Amino acid sequence: MRIAANVGACQGYGNCAALDPHHFDVDDDGLVIVLRDSVLDGELETAAAAVRSCPVAVLELLEDGN
Amino acid sequence: MATDRVVIAGTSIAGVRTAQALRAEGYQGEIVMIGAESVDPYDKPPLSKQFLSGENDFSDIALLGSAGWAGIEAVPLLGRAATSLDVARKEVVLADNERVSYNHLVIATGARARTLLDPNGSPVAQTIRDVQDAVALRERISRGGPVVVVGGGFVGAEVASTASQLGAATTIVEAMPVPFSRVLGPQVGEILSALHQDNAVKVIAGVGVDSVVPGADGTSRVHLANGTTLEAAAVVAGIGVIPNSEWLEGSGVAVRDGVICDEYCAVDGAADVYAIGDVARWRHLPTGEYRRVEHWTNAVDQASTVAHNILHASEKKAYAAAPYFWSDQHGTKIQMVGDISPTDHVELHTFRVLAADRRIAVYSQNGRLTAGVALGWPRGMVLMRKLWERNASAAEAVAELEMLAHNAVRARVVPA
Repeated sequence: MRIAANVGACQGYGNCAALDPHHFDVDDDGLVIVLRDSVLDGELETAAAAVRSCPVAVLELLEDGN
Repeated sequence: MATDRVVIAGTSIAGVRTAQALRAEGYQGEIVMIGAESVDPYDKPPLSKQFLSGENDFSDIALLGSAGWAGIEAVPLLGRAATSLDVARKEVVLADNERVSYNHLVIATGARARTLLDPNGSPVAQTIRDVQDAVALRERISRGGPVVVVGGGFVGAEVASTASQLGAATTIVEAMPVPFSRVLGPQVGEILSALHQDNAVKVIAGVGVDSVVPGADGTSRVHLANGTTLEAAAVVAGIGVIPNSEWLEGSGVAVRDGVICDEYCAVDGAADVYAIGDVARWRHLPTGEYRRVEHWTNAVDQASTVAHNILHASEKKAYAAAPYFWSDQHGTKIQMVGDISPTDHVELHTFRVLAADRRIAVYSQNGRLTAGVALGWPRGMVLMRKLWERNASAAEAVAELEMLAHNAVRARVVPA
């Protein structure tokens, strides 16, 4: 799986970075930074929780190749 | 039972995220979702902000996305509140007496707004808890005239911010000497009070409301304890919530200002029953206290925890996430992590980052970080949450925030 982010719609709530700091950070003005977009099998539960934790639904988990 | 069935009572964020988490973890059984409201699930934080202002419509705040119920393969039972629970037969009873059996039940029935009542017990203020409330309040504000918000908490403050943005003369009335001080302490409370006053919201603090008297024309008079009377086209109560747990009375489930559950969100007094979100009072492992938290992030994180615990009974996870919430008022993002106590030592710091002042309040007890509040610095808050989770000292926190401020970053926005 891989992570896609609609960065411009991010509001900087930071839940993704709190739950999954290996994949997410936010910048000073509160826009998400995807540190690494590939999600390994063992990382999936945490990454999926981080995606669900976005209050403005700017994150998505996509199948590889999409 | 041949088919496994998870029943979720509640179709707001906690319930919906539970269903999504179960599917994301590969759960193949049935999911039945019981909702007291007849509309599809929607997100509540925008009700006092973008939805109240009219910037968002219902489709913007819908929680299920374009795939709807099929996207989470759940059966909705909407407009049919759960009215009782039979833990022996493992059945939820609905208002029309239909019984819905479960293998696992997740109680996510949330909370409802308290309001102001006249001596006869009739409501004399509007609240903002569901979409109908927000539509009614928007309509009332759009007719013009002053708005009076009773209660200086976050929802009330957001309504005041939005009403003011819509052009209404707006007043917040708070019984405590400093608004927001119950949650944030007096220092940060003063900053937020000033933020409202700088944005044309009048703040009357340290004064209670004696009565609200509705007039024949739809306006009201708000009589304050100091003898002042405020005219209002709309009176909004922001005075807290009551957990929706009455339906569990007599079921054997323990309820004390919330449904009592352990650190796994498993309910005391019933097998295979969990409680999450605003209705749950769960055991906080580090302190042993039972806590009920009314924040969006708490509901979402507990949904993930419960989905995991339903599917991995032998590897349960305790819920112990850092308490976190946000509020948006007058264009300023306010974020908080931790537990604030009135005896905390509070340091206010301002950092200049990317041409803007970023304020952070660092709360501590005996030098140990207890909480942090960031005003307009989301990245600083991400660091504060990490510092809080590793039980850092206040001095470490300030040093690391200074380093962060010296290494500003800006995300790359790639056009879609």
